[in-house]
Amino acid sequence: MSGKEQFTIERLCQGLSQGKLLGGKCVKCRKIHFPPRPLCDKCFSDRFEQVEISPNGKLLTYTIIHIAPSQFQAMAPYAMGIVQMENGLKVPGMIRDVAADKIKIGMSLKIMFESCIPTSNWPQWPRYYFKPA
Amino acid sequence: MKDKPLVSLISAGLSKFGKLEGLYAREIFAEAAKEAYERCPKLDPKKDIKALYVGHMGESYEHQGHTGATMADWAGLLHIPATRTEAACASSGAALRTALQAVLSGLSDVVMVGGVEKMTHRSTADVTEYLAMASDFPFEQWQGMTFPGLYALMATAHMHEYGTTEKDMATVAVKNHYHGSLNPKAHMQKEITLETAMTSRVVAWPLKLYDCSLITDGASCLILTKPELASKFTDTPVHIVGSGQASDTIGLYERESLTSLAAAKLAAKQAYEMADMKPEDINIAEVHDCFTIAEIIAYEDLGFCKAGEGGKLAEEGETRLGGRIPVNTSGGLKSKGHPVGATGTAQAYEIFLQLTGQAERRQVKDAEIGLTHNVGGSGATATVHIYRRG
Repeated sequence: MSGKEQFTIERLCQGLSQGKLLGGKCVKCRKIHFPPRPLCDKCFSDRFEQVEISPNGKLLTYTIIHIAPSQFQAMAPYAMGIVQMENGLKVPGMIRDVAADKIKIGMSLKIMFESCIPTSNWPQWPRYYFKPA
Repeated sequence: MKDKPLVSLISAGLSKFGKLEGLYAREIFAEAAKEAYERCPKLDPKKDIKALYVGHMGESYEHQGHTGATMADWAGLLHIPATRTEAACASSGAALRTALQAVLSGLSDVVMVGGVEKMTHRSTADVTEYLAMASDFPFEQWQGMTFPGLYALMATAHMHEYGTTEKDMATVAVKNHYHGSLNPKAHMQKEITLETAMTSRVVAWPLKLYDCSLITDGASCLILTKPELASKFTDTPVHIVGSGQASDTIGLYERESLTSLAAAKLAAKQAYEMADMKPEDINIAEVHDCFTIAEIIAYEDLGFCKAGEGGKLAEEGETRLGGRIPVNTSGGLKSKGHPVGATGTAQAYEIFLQLTGQAERRQVKDAEIGLTHNVGGSGATATVHIYRRG
């Protein structure tokens, strides 16, 4: 896909539900955006192509959330982090399948996909999380 | 140092900060307005005040939007133009910047600017959710992120990169609680020990309860005018000599640095240049300590120390009353409290008291130059203002 077809956050979510992490690559300046945007913040081009981002990355920083919003209270405490993917893009998300004291900055993580957790009033979007590679 | 100020503060007001049960935001704002009127007997509010700007973050708390007009009415200023500004926790810092532009443009010669938030009647889970609205919805909130969580991500990165410790952060909490114990309007006028801070329950590791600012009700306001009109209203004005505001990505994860706030650095640069001053010229500062790590990062972003040395600056007592540059003499967001929309102009209120010698038990002797640093969200908005005693 390239040219003027719009690559939106909605389409990114569709990609997640198909097990893909998608970025938008500017056709003009080649910058890859996550999430995709309608207007390149570097060169103002509105032409993008969809690129699949490698599922592997390294942990840049993390926290263990104990006090959570009501939608996430049942899961607390849980780990959240920012992961730098192999192409340099940074993706925030939950870190699972690892004990809190085993989480270390720099560790290798892999993105996993799952269908949405139904909630009463938030959008029913598919989700992703990270686990040790 | 620049001779000509941008605008002059002729008065300021602050409600009691705390759990103000049974009061609506508009009633709390009226309390702040009343103090500002009483401090400036030469001002005829109905005749002189030409516009109002009010910082207010969330309509969810009271199911009440349209705050500009509401606050104008309840401050007795019906029919003047009144506008709400929203920039998360920097809502009234942004209101101050807007009010300053209104005076500088010549459109309004006397302006009231303030902020208000009523939060404590809501559950912690509700407040956590409302505050998280200031972060990115699809990739932060929807993934389970919280506000303490975002600052915890910065804290972990700062600890990893510079060796900052949980004790350094607790030191900031102990200092601000000491300062707050000297402020009769602070929410928590109680000193705490390092041990209390470090053994408090975890909110978002490495941040614990005493690393977090308070959920507070409160309102603040200032009255600004053109420097040439200040003497008509008061003999002891405080001048604003520098102003900066900048923005950044809404999502923390998109930023280049996780250990400093680019918007705060840019806003500070603008304000220092406008004032023709350097960080060494600042005698006192009120910085946005929504979390203790935020105060440590603020020291570095404002140039009070080098990057990575913020923890050391706190540890050495340099930012405590009696130190080289006392920071958050009001108690800060940590101990005075953080009614989010009110915070920016509440910081300016403390500087107004300090520079006019009215800060009582927490007065910094001979303070001449002050600075305020107000941050919205995880740093997508920052405002910095520099003040000089008149």
